[in-house]
Amino acid sequence: MSHAHKMSFWEKYVFSTDHKMIGLQYMFTGIAMAIIGGFFVYVFRMQLAFPGISVPGYGEVTPLAYNSLVTNHGTIMIFWFAMPVLIAAFGNILIPLMIGCDDMVFPRINRLSYQIFLLSALVLVASFFVPNGGFGGAWTAYPPLSAEAAYNATPLGAPMWLIAVALEFVAFLLGGINFITTMMNARAKGMTMYKIPIVLWLIVIASILFMLSVGPLIAGAVMLLFDQLLGTHFYNPGGGGDPLLWQHLFWFFGHPEVYVVLLPAMGIVADIMAVFARKKLFGYRTILYSVFATGILSFVVWAHHQFIAGIDPRMANLFTVTTLLISIPIAELCFVYIATLYGGSITFNTPMLWAISFMVEFLIGGVTGIFLGASGADIYFHDTYFVVAHFHYTFVPIAIIGFYAGITYWFPKIFGKMLDDKLGRIHFWGTIIPFNFIFIPLFVLGTAGQHRRIFNYEYFQDLALAEFYNLRVIATVSLLVMIAFQFVFVYNFVKSLRKKEKAPKNPWNANTLEWTADSPPPHGNWPELPVVYRGPYEYSHPDRESDWWPQHEPGPDPADPDYQSPSQNPQTT
Amino acid sequence: MAFQVPIATSRSSTGIPTSRLAVWWVLASEIVIFGGLIMSYLMFRLHHESWSYEAAKTDPWAGGFNTFVLLTSSLFVVLAHHAAENNDTKKSFRYIWYTIGGGGVFMMVKIYEYSSKIMHDYTMFKSVFWSFYYTATGLHGFHVLCGMVIMAIIAQDVKKGKNLHRVEAIGIYWHFVDVIWIFLFPLLYIAK
Amino acid sequence: MSEAAEHQEHHEAHGAGRYVKIWIILLVLLGVSVIGPLAEIKWLTLITAFGIALVKAGMVCAYFMHLNIEKKLAWYILFATLLLLLVFFTGIAPDVMKPEGQNWESLYVEPTQTDVEGHGYGDGHAEKAH
Repeated sequence: MSHAHKMSFWEKYVFSTDHKMIGLQYMFTGIAMAIIGGFFVYVFRMQLAFPGISVPGYGEVTPLAYNSLVTNHGTIMIFWFAMPVLIAAFGNILIPLMIGCDDMVFPRINRLSYQIFLLSALVLVASFFVPNGGFGGAWTAYPPLSAEAAYNATPLGAPMWLIAVALEFVAFLLGGINFITTMMNARAKGMTMYKIPIVLWLIVIASILFMLSVGPLIAGAVMLLFDQLLGTHFYNPGGGGDPLLWQHLFWFFGHPEVYVVLLPAMGIVADIMAVFARKKLFGYRTILYSVFATGILSFVVWAHHQFIAGIDPRMANLFTVTTLLISIPIAELCFVYIATLYGGSITFNTPMLWAISFMVEFLIGGVTGIFLGASGADIYFHDTYFVVAHFHYTFVPIAIIGFYAGITYWFPKIFGKMLDDKLGRIHFWGTIIPFNFIFIPLFVLGTAGQHRRIFNYEYFQDLALAEFYNLRVIATVSLLVMIAFQFVFVYNFVKSLRKKEKAPKNPWNANTLEWTADSPPPHGNWPELPVVYRGPYEYSHPDRESDWWPQHEPGPDPADPDYQSPSQNPQTT
Repeated sequence: MAFQVPIATSRSSTGIPTSRLAVWWVLASEIVIFGGLIMSYLMFRLHHESWSYEAAKTDPWAGGFNTFVLLTSSLFVVLAHHAAENNDTKKSFRYIWYTIGGGGVFMMVKIYEYSSKIMHDYTMFKSVFWSFYYTATGLHGFHVLCGMVIMAIIAQDVKKGKNLHRVEAIGIYWHFVDVIWIFLFPLLYIAK
Repeated sequence: MSEAAEHQEHHEAHGAGRYVKIWIILLVLLGVSVIGPLAEIKWLTLITAFGIALVKAGMVCAYFMHLNIEKKLAWYILFATLLLLLVFFTGIAPDVMKPEGQNWESLYVEPTQTDVEGHGYGDGHAEKAH
């Protein structure tokens, strides 16, 4: 299994079939794209707070460029940052390590998946440099705006954007098939259904959701591409088509997509919380069944994105009900997490801080969603900054906080060095506080009626008031502070990598299998593949002296109905 | 460095071999791709009166012949799988190539159909019905082509007696392409 | 491994002849679905076209794809996707199939039969009962 001979640079880093290397490729490509997306938001937030200025590092923002910046900020952050990092990177690194096998079941398909993903990223980046710039019809790409070059003014940017997105879907379909089959089939001996770590369940359920929801949109994207390039009329009502069809196809995918990125982040948080509260996860099966319910419900809520698009009001009723229903399993998950923390001996180190802040910030995002889910209230809020603030309160915890929680927790395993905890906390507070100062003003602006997708509020008397500008400036300045604090993370990352001392195998005393491999694990992960004896969350078990009970350690399984407690009276321990 | 198949691939916690399990998931994703297209088509079809007149212009004899060709090639590929299971690599190889031949005939008929339609001015742009007609059959044809290429690659392995389990995997995919056609045929050619 | 052996046995018992038999049934069904529309009765056409398509698809899935002897799991996966398509259709059809709206006017004019037939594609199948 272990490959004795030395691999060349290309074999090791570029054309590797090793799941950990592919995971890292996904992660660093995702981070690179996030930097681009972050730069875009910096440019257009500057334009919104100080209209007409020459943005340092970019120059003056034209209306066309503004549309393109906003569109591609959204596209990049969801498709090229949240998905590759949360699902592809963590999925690739964690799935084989946590289920105790040597690699993905199809390593070469895995490599192909990354290569297609990289190609898609390159196509998207290239689309910014073609004449008239990148696509500017919003990340939802509603026709007819997206279908006709005469409307969107980006004859090359629009099809390139669409092709990039379609390629990205293909990459994730290939990756998803790999994830699902690996977890279904390649588990270590003894790892039954209920002994799989929650984070893997959630990554795989997310992959299934993605796979089942993206199909109609792939067909729809082909149709839109034909509309753009060949001049068919699938979405043109004048030619017998229907623009609403695209909205439905898009959101049929787009809403499950929210859960596709949410679930892995939720899983990362669950694992971190159990480890640093030194407590058994409260309600493993409750989490699992709530997630199943979320997954099923996520397919029947999509039209709440279209309440003002002229959909059938009877359907709007139905979708309001399902939308409010889906908050139940998600609330249940939050309660389970809180119950896990309750009574635990909590260590407040960097990963745990991120995990707890995920809960807090995501709750705000979830609660504000109730207003938008109710079709009546949504008519007012839709297309205001209330929506923007709402979905950033969900997506920033998911993508940014979830990523930082995961990377700070698994850093020793992935890179073999420990991160500096003090710098980590500085970075944490420097990110969380400005984050709230960005989006709380946007909630206020949205309730006051500030519309989205406006390039310069000077043109609208009602929205050009001084108090509105104060709030916009607060948001933009907070953004600058938040971006500045990201350099602390970069510094910490680089500094930790160059440290001399190596990280121990299991710095957190965690139970799951990945901590039994070397840090970082070699190709093939273990000299001999591990066997599983119990569930992943047996922390502080009364029958044990140490407060953890690794999955691989031979011995009884306390969850087994035949389990005999060694102490005669377990109540007294 | 030669690629080494990991131990993970040979494991089977579910009891379904990994390659077959993966193919089922591929099919699940394909069902929603084609399903999305077919459902969209159906909605338009039921709503636009004129589409039944348009549908009358398709060529049910060509479509019917193609159904026959695909059904027959499905038979060949299942026989190839049967032969592969009995370790009869020569027979399996031959049947795989019969299947590819079936795919080839299917594509030839498709080309004839497309060109005769286009010559009679029923192009992709005539109406949304024809856009759907070309998109759906085109997407399906693309799958046929992909299947043919993959089968040609697998046939080379089979000849050397390697990776015989792949015959079953590609067979399932090919049957699926057949099933999609079984639905496209009445939707586009028969119902008027 | 006993399962694989069972699988094998299953095949041996029925052999290639079984597949040929199913193929012949499929061809007969195909013939019916092509001839069905010639009766020019709409409900009959719908039954011969789609009813038979379902039967054919079912047979291919069961006997050629071996879903009949596959683990139930695979069947659940595929069936779930079909349910999903049903949800897809019921959620979208009310909007896409609604021909008129309150705040907009459709400029699209539905072509009449003569508009369509103006092109005269003489293959003899153009005139059917609608």
